[in-house]
Amino acid sequence: MSFTPSLRGATAVFSRNFLVWRRLFWPALVMNFGEPALYLLGLGLGLGHFIGTMDGMSYLAFLASGILASSAMNTASFEGMYSVYTRMGPQKTYDAMLATPLRVQDIVFGEMLWCAAKASFSAGGIFIVALALGLITSPSALWVLPAAVLVGLAFAGPAIMMSAIARNYDFFNYYVVLILTPMLLVSGVFYPIDSLPASLRPWLDLLPLTHAVELMRGLMLEEVALLRPWSNILVLSLYFVFGFYIATWLVRRRLLE
Amino acid sequence: MSIMSKSSTTSAASPAIIARGLRKLFKHKDIGDTVAVDKLDLNVPRGICFGLLGPNGAGKTTTLRMLLGTMPPSSGSLEILGLTMPDDERRVRAKLGIVPQADNLDPDLSVIQNLRVYASFFGLPRQNLEAHLEQLLAFANLSDRRDHQVESLSGGMKRRLTLARALINTPELVVLDEPTTGLDPQARHTLWNRLEELKAQGTTLLLTTHYMDEAERLCDELVVMDHGRVLDQGSPQALIARHVEPWVIEIRHAAHAAERYTCLNHAGKLEQHGSSLFLYTPDRHHALAQIEALAPTLGALPILLQRPAGLEDVFLRLTGRDLREGA
Repeated sequence: MSFTPSLRGATAVFSRNFLVWRRLFWPALVMNFGEPALYLLGLGLGLGHFIGTMDGMSYLAFLASGILASSAMNTASFEGMYSVYTRMGPQKTYDAMLATPLRVQDIVFGEMLWCAAKASFSAGGIFIVALALGLITSPSALWVLPAAVLVGLAFAGPAIMMSAIARNYDFFNYYVVLILTPMLLVSGVFYPIDSLPASLRPWLDLLPLTHAVELMRGLMLEEVALLRPWSNILVLSLYFVFGFYIATWLVRRRLLE
Repeated sequence: MSIMSKSSTTSAASPAIIARGLRKLFKHKDIGDTVAVDKLDLNVPRGICFGLLGPNGAGKTTTLRMLLGTMPPSSGSLEILGLTMPDDERRVRAKLGIVPQADNLDPDLSVIQNLRVYASFFGLPRQNLEAHLEQLLAFANLSDRRDHQVESLSGGMKRRLTLARALINTPELVVLDEPTTGLDPQARHTLWNRLEELKAQGTTLLLTTHYMDEAERLCDELVVMDHGRVLDQGSPQALIARHVEPWVIEIRHAAHAAERYTCLNHAGKLEQHGSSLFLYTPDRHHALAQIEALAPTLGALPILLQRPAGLEDVFLRLTGRDLREGA
């Protein structure tokens, strides 16, 4: 059984989503950019007033790099859950696609690319805010957008897996509350992971968000060194690749059996 | 080059569908295996409208899904348009048009965008595409709705758009799963008219339906199936001639007193469907005289309807009269 996607097929799926998104641009902008920007300004300026500096940089700069990564995670995850589920189930969009030469792997790959594009869109919004606040200090910050694409790809697969096994929208509460939110709290978005018990460190290194935050922070801020960029990229890529295969397998099982 | 043209001629001469021993088992944890389709053989020649008839749960939808490659058969072999399924399924789907039972138009897109996006799923070249799309809109009688959102269309318009969408790749075979279910009479006639046009152009049609008038009108040949098996196959006229007497007299509201009518068995075959009795007879004048002779024993003459036998009678006789539920 083949899992190799056709790039042309995936592009057609991606373009379909883009066409719809253009029509729904403003609500998407509020959700994917407005919300994280509010968190950044609210927490960064509010808490930052009391905290001042963290890990040798302003709290606002620390938080901006963390939120850039977490907004990419959230955007890709929510697209991979709610939107993909809607197209797979209630709207039967995939049934219509499967009546054409498109195969499940083309659809899943196209959706993952789309999740990644939206993740990068959301990260780009935060990037502009950070730039306006003068928080971006490293020329390597230009790599933030391609990095956000990789973060989006890493989180798209697991989210689509959830869609493939969900029986209703409420099922996603488990993934959000049991996986995404705890990850958000321990991956170094709001405070450095060094402050967590050392025994936790190896476990935290398994989480994609830990690597996403490390990568973004290192790219954005002059005062933070990129400690292990290739490990970050490798872990995120593994989530991407395995996510794709498992998601394709699960979606196929759901739609074709 | 010669090999190319040779292979394309063989594929054009091959039947639209050949199924041999097609079988589908569903495994259930609690009730064991159930057989949805049981060793089905089909041979659908090109250029005709072929009907797949059967009560709910007969295995029609499972059969269609296997033909379309969206459900793997448990065993058996399947060739569509000269290509082997499921190995060549992408090439088969490139030549296939599908009108599914449930509407799956893209609600996020307008009428014309639905067609344009669907064309991109087939990888159709952009050259001349817009002209082709306008032709399809005209065919579906939707030219004045081209920029409307799909949600604002009526049921009949949605069906016509679904048909237009299925024709985007100029398919050799169009598969229609209960295409007129839920449509009003005008919308059904419009759709039938379009399907007849397609057939006249040489497109092969495969149709499932619950409406016997639809099957009788459109199908050149059909199979009646039940419990996953083919019960009989032939043209509507041949099936009618083979299975039922040429005339039917319906005796309305007579089922509760069926025993009073048993003597009519000499004039033909008496059957009960719902609250009516049906007398299938070769000689309706003789049969009517017999019923009238019964009048004194009945009090009043019941309401009688006489008509030539049709496919519906064949269907009822072949598939029995028990009510299907939950299927």
